[in-house]
Amino acid sequence: MTDKVSIVIVSHSSEVAKGAADMVRQMVGDDVAIASCGGNSEGGLGTDVAAIMQAIDAVWSPKGVAVLVDLGGAETNSEMAIELLGPDKAKQIVICNAPVVEGAVMAATEAAGGSDLEAVRQTAEDFKA
Amino acid sequence: MTSDVLIARLIDLIGDRIEAHASELTELDQAIGDGDHGDNMRRGFKAVSGEKEALANMPFGEALKKAGMTLVMNVGGASGPLYGSAFMAMGKSAEAMPGSRVEAARLLEAGIEAVKSRGKSDVGAKTMLDALVPVLKSIEAGADIAAVRKAADAAVEATKPMLATKGRAAFLGERSIGHIDPGARSSALIVHAVCDALEEK
Repeated sequence: MTDKVSIVIVSHSSEVAKGAADMVRQMVGDDVAIASCGGNSEGGLGTDVAAIMQAIDAVWSPKGVAVLVDLGGAETNSEMAIELLGPDKAKQIVICNAPVVEGAVMAATEAAGGSDLEAVRQTAEDFKA
Repeated sequence: MTSDVLIARLIDLIGDRIEAHASELTELDQAIGDGDHGDNMRRGFKAVSGEKEALANMPFGEALKKAGMTLVMNVGGASGPLYGSAFMAMGKSAEAMPGSRVEAARLLEAGIEAVKSRGKSDVGAKTMLDALVPVLKSIEAGADIAAVRKAADAAVEATKPMLATKGRAAFLGERSIGHIDPGARSSALIVHAVCDALEEK
């Protein structure tokens, strides 16, 4: 169990999600738990509610989880996954309105410093290319 | 018609309609979305078909809830939570099969409210709501089955000149104008399948 905010990356493509997570790990190290998930339940492009729930659970932190998503369906499916995890956990999860790769790096950098979930979200969302 | 017969018919007929129009949905989605709506809907409703026997033996509301959850877990695109939440909300709103026009309208209304809240959207944004809300209005106004079908088709056609402000199509801005919304089309297909189920003797 981690004492920092964790990061979950959700993309339509498992390769994009995994690649983004690799970049974050290389840039901020292993202090912050990062999970990635992408692809629909058949392995094609898309997102999978059950996989998103598992990814969030895999890096669950009492300090919260910041979720970065790419396109529409990733966001809607992530919102659904958060709701299905139940109200107690849902309070501790936010979806950041930020580009997936840059947002994940910024969020993880902020999380590595021990910031709370709201600060992590702010930093990710303040990012401007 | 008993609830188990209706549930089984709905599953077959919705599944058939989606299957028959999957390529059309995908083509519509390629124009203004990410081109996966046909495949996504097919995958979702195939999963529901796989549970047909179990669903048919459940109380009507429970079957709707379960089918909604199956859609959520299998569709893979935004339409999963949207249709899934609609079915789940309908299942929560009514324990038994609707027995009157008013009850049918309340059922559909519960589904529409769920789509609005899940999609943070409303009519006029070029979405499935632009098919479902006119259908609800036609039912409330006393339309017969043929008129409900017409209302659905006219509503789909009416999404063509709309500017998309929700979902992937919103990225296209004015370029979304001139295309039918794939979600409105898939909603109309489901409405037609429900009409088929009610017409079969």
